[in-house]
Amino acid sequence: MSTVPDIGLPAPPDAGLPTPKHAPASHRVHAPSAMGGGLHRFWSLTFMLARTEFKLRFFGSVLGYVWTLMRPLMLFGVMLFVFTVILNINKNNPVPHYPEYLLMGIILFTYFQETTSGSVPSLVGRENLLRRVRFPRLVVPLSVALFCLFNLGMNLVVVFVFILASGIAPMWSWLELIPMVMILVIFASGVGMLLSALYVRFRDVQPIWEVFLQLLYYGSPILYTVQTAANHHFLNIPFSRILVINPLGALITQGRKALLQPSAPSAAAALGGYGRLLIPLGIVAGLFALGLWYFNREAPLISEKL
Amino acid sequence: MPAATVPATPTAVSVENVSKTFRLPHRQYSTLKERALHPFRSTSYDELHAVQDISLEIAEGEFFGIVGRNGSGKSTLLKCIAGIYGVDTGRISIAGRLSPFIELGVGFNPDLNARDNVVINAIMLGLSRKQAMARFEHVVAFAELEGFMDLRLKNYSSGMLVRLAFATAIQVDAEILLIDEVLAVGDAAFQQKCFEEFFRLKREGRTIVFVSHDMHSVERFCNRAMLMEQGRMTKIGDPREIGRAYHELNFGRLAHDAPAESHSADGTAIAEAWFEKAGGERVTSASQEDTLSMCFEARLGQDLHEPVFAVTLRTELGHTIIVARSDQHGHSSGSFKAGESVVARFAIPNWLTASRYLLTPSLAHEGTGESALALVEDMASIVIHGETSGGILELPVDVRLERL
Repeated sequence: MSTVPDIGLPAPPDAGLPTPKHAPASHRVHAPSAMGGGLHRFWSLTFMLARTEFKLRFFGSVLGYVWTLMRPLMLFGVMLFVFTVILNINKNNPVPHYPEYLLMGIILFTYFQETTSGSVPSLVGRENLLRRVRFPRLVVPLSVALFCLFNLGMNLVVVFVFILASGIAPMWSWLELIPMVMILVIFASGVGMLLSALYVRFRDVQPIWEVFLQLLYYGSPILYTVQTAANHHFLNIPFSRILVINPLGALITQGRKALLQPSAPSAAAALGGYGRLLIPLGIVAGLFALGLWYFNREAPLISEKL
Repeated sequence: MPAATVPATPTAVSVENVSKTFRLPHRQYSTLKERALHPFRSTSYDELHAVQDISLEIAEGEFFGIVGRNGSGKSTLLKCIAGIYGVDTGRISIAGRLSPFIELGVGFNPDLNARDNVVINAIMLGLSRKQAMARFEHVVAFAELEGFMDLRLKNYSSGMLVRLAFATAIQVDAEILLIDEVLAVGDAAFQQKCFEEFFRLKREGRTIVFVSHDMHSVERFCNRAMLMEQGRMTKIGDPREIGRAYHELNFGRLAHDAPAESHSADGTAIAEAWFEKAGGERVTSASQEDTLSMCFEARLGQDLHEPVFAVTLRTELGHTIIVARSDQHGHSSGSFKAGESVVARFAIPNWLTASRYLLTPSLAHEGTGESALALVEDMASIVIHGETSGGILELPVDVRLERL
């Protein structure tokens, strides 16, 4: 029976400090970074945080997942009723497949909205983790983007159910959705990185962003199409072009052509040339780079500034 | 600075002249509006020097303790080593894989069941999902929580929670572990298990840096320890000495703060109380097995016949350990005249367990000793260091085993 620890033993004699010598594998400790720590760990942490969020959100409620689907669907139902029945905007100049178009727009926008507004408080909300564990800080906003991507995937299933139900046959151009979703994710996560790091310093980022999202919602061709706005001008530029400079506008416009109606104008056509596609793509890339740069700059200090 | 001689053990953690200062703004401008309204009001900062110019080397396989009072910078230093905070000056190098956590149960979520939480925690600690799953059974067995795995953590008792956290934490593969205040966990049986686990880690040659207020565990596990005060390292070396210094830091000055005198109407008073070692040297801390004298000086304001001098030694919790009286076993104290001063000494073999004790001296009329002429509660204090077996006394024990 020697399970009793040897508490009586004096501490081993120690000749003061050990001789200073660095072991071969010695490396310097730096403040936490945005990335780093290995791609595998980065991914498994991101996935784990997103998965946890998912479980927390849905395992507590009876109908669980249905409610996430319900939110954009309810919005869709209300909008559809208001605009086609009460206001009847389709009377003079009918938009083909308006309900499907509206639903697709709402769901793409919902992804952007959920990701960005979820990213804003994400670092502050995970304070206890950030202050106690060393891990790449970028995991936090990216896990929000990933979590919302799960939702987007489920919502897109609903979109396709509606599309098929409306009698549109499957098309090869549906595959365009894959790069489109990728661009959307890059856009939303870039903005998310920027906002989450800004929010650590400035707490009014949150209300400002909420207002901005509302403007963006009505400023994107969701309830209307680019063609609806084609006759209006701002500084001699047709409104339709301005709408498509907005990356969300470009995505929705392109989505309409790819998913619903091959005869509809593409994003490039709405802008007036393929070269001009670089404007919305440049905005996406620019905001992503800005978000990454700013986040990277702030990352070492995040745990102190919370 | 490579040394000429090859040391027996290589350095695992090297801290060189590290300082860390937090800037605490006097006015926190956290909204743009405030900033816009007062654009030119300069924000002044309070500088909090959490860690100041600390250098130390921790050898591979060492169990190193960091102790100090609250706010002395222990945890900040640990977070700097862990790479959670960046350092302002100096550098920290480590050799080997460092565990990324410094507290138990990081990332535990009360709304998820234990199974999910163990996996989350293990991934946080740096295991892959697959590894976490593979070790799950072991964690459950160690924590002795079979049958509770599908229960949400919010329904766990706090003891069950730390058991689960500890069991997960020791699965980490890191060569260097940083641990902040973890040992006071669970019931006695589980604590024993944790201790054994610590000894296992120690045998495996892992390097452990360990922050604690609990001197018993520091003295029990650590090869070396260091004492921090106000961000500086005040002492480094043998954990027992560090423990002593820590106790003195906490209680030492209190020993002299006791009220100097206590008068009764006629001037009868206890002037002073103190502890003495065998040689007559006054002490505020002592080792076990020295002879310890509990002493006080009384001034008599009246003629007294057979007065009772007495001392009561209590623990900090107020449990009485010893009551000693001058009339014990029928001893006579004699007669005293008014104006005399008397020093009473009560010598005991010091078998007290390591802790802090308070001395209450009293002087009373002949008889029961209840009607005190003078009494000062907790007039002197002493810190005893050394063994702790769990009892209140460390009596010498003669152990004999007989095979039948």
